Amino acid sequence: MNLNSMITLNDVTFGYSLKSPIVEGINLTIFKGQFVGLLGPSGSGKTTLLKLIIGLIKPWHGSIIFHDSSSVRSSKVAIGYVPQVESVDWNFPVTVREVVGMGIWDQSGITPWLEKNAKEEIDNLLQGLGIVEYASRQIRQLSGGEQQRVFLARALIRNPDILVLDEPTSGVDHNTREKIIGILNDLNVGGMTIVVTTHDIQGIARRLPWIVCMNHHIIVEGRPEDALTENNLLETYGLAEVN
Amino acid sequence: MDLLLPFQYEFFSRGILVSVMVGGICGLIGVYIVLRGMSYIGHGMSHAVFGGAVVSYIMNFNFYLGATSWGVVSALIINEIAKRNKIKADSAIGIVTTAGFAIGVLLISLNRSYIRNFEALLFGNILGITDQDLVAIILVTILTGIFIFLFNKRLLFTVFDRDTAQVYGVKTDLVDMLFSLILAGVVITSMSSIGVTLLAAALIAPAIASRMLTNNFLKMIILSCSIGIATSFSGMYASFYFNSASGATIVLFGSAAVGISALYSFLLKIRHSHYHGDTKHSHAHVHTGKHKHSHENDG
Repeated sequence: MNLNSMITLNDVTFGYSLKSPIVEGINLTIFKGQFVGLLGPSGSGKTTLLKLIIGLIKPWHGSIIFHDSSSVRSSKVAIGYVPQVESVDWNFPVTVREVVGMGIWDQSGITPWLEKNAKEEIDNLLQGLGIVEYASRQIRQLSGGEQQRVFLARALIRNPDILVLDEPTSGVDHNTREKIIGILNDLNVGGMTIVVTTHDIQGIARRLPWIVCMNHHIIVEGRPEDALTENNLLETYGLAEVN
Repeated sequence: MDLLLPFQYEFFSRGILVSVMVGGICGLIGVYIVLRGMSYIGHGMSHAVFGGAVVSYIMNFNFYLGATSWGVVSALIINEIAKRNKIKADSAIGIVTTAGFAIGVLLISLNRSYIRNFEALLFGNILGITDQDLVAIILVTILTGIFIFLFNKRLLFTVFDRDTAQVYGVKTDLVDMLFSLILAGVVITSMSSIGVTLLAAALIAPAIASRMLTNNFLKMIILSCSIGIATSFSGMYASFYFNSASGATIVLFGSAAVGISALYSFLLKIRHSHYHGDTKHSHAHVHTGKHKHSHENDG
């Protein structure tokens, strides 16, 4: 694992109400090439922390520093973001190709439609993810796993430095979950830095190289065998390990 | 019957030209309004601008300057309130726009001699279009077309997935503001022809009709503009022979388009292609336990 830091969070605190912060005193460093899972129950601040990392919201207190490949402070870290599939309107009248094309909205010409070069680039990416035959289909016609891959393609087409995914295996079956994890593992082996949120201990968290357990603040981080102890899980979830 | 008789009158030819342009731009901008789930914004904006129109008349300002200023201020206030998250967009629109309308009604009630002049604003007077109105509609049509051409990708991304659009560098607040300003322009220039009370339907009917006919965004845009133009032309033309209010007739034609699209969509749904074994065919049917079959996109 490359020890160059990519993102450093120093004492970050944020909430949607002044009286109750969702995340408090977060100190976390994400290194280049890491595959990190943010584990915690619903409402623990995982998505909020993700939104802080990708810059959608600004912390009340503390700092979030991005570094380029030489650990120099930089504002140019390219982020690929995959939101929760539940947050999307799947009845929207767009095709798979158009959704992926949104990822390069600023690089595909001034015309309202996708230009030929952009279409080729998109189709190549879809081919790599095994869904090129769906390129002209409306997104509502896709299964959950296929939708997730479309969003992944939209993130990857920007050649990101870091891939950030919010509950990427939420609502999918076992086989689809395995496919998604397989794709993410392959990307990480290729050098991609990845951060995912999950509440699935057995199916996801135990299989990731690095886990951050949190419930409004960071409880512990480390390899799964070190972090996912009974005491840590009790503190994270407020109960014994869920099988 | 001489079908070309109406076109012998200059006021009618001018009215047809205006109604076709209004139908086209309402059809275009209406797509984004419907997809954003903000169909009430046209209704609200037209009511808000009414207040500005009344103030302009009473203060002897140019109608377009006064109504546009009022529309811009309304759009700014709505966007600011909605951004705070404590109040949702529909509430922000509801209070700002009805307050604007109330100011207009209050001023009219204090100056009763002006009442007749505002009937045209409330219900439309497509046959009383001035040169200034015509220039304004042409200008807004061109500006709307340019805006949609240049900003479609940003708009689409913002409407579909706002958070990710922001992460990928789309200035979503700016896109929202520009869209609101364009909408204000469309509303103001369409008010004189369709009227405040009917404008909301003119804005969304073509888009709703087209949405029921297609799941393709580009086709939806083309269909919506076409339906807007066709219903405006037909409504205007019919109003000549029925001697009816042109704005109301246009809106009724638009509503009929929605009804026809809904019926077509329903018939298509019960007659879709499906397989019995390897045999592909279509016939009217409903999905019951006794009529099991697979569909092309299954699996």
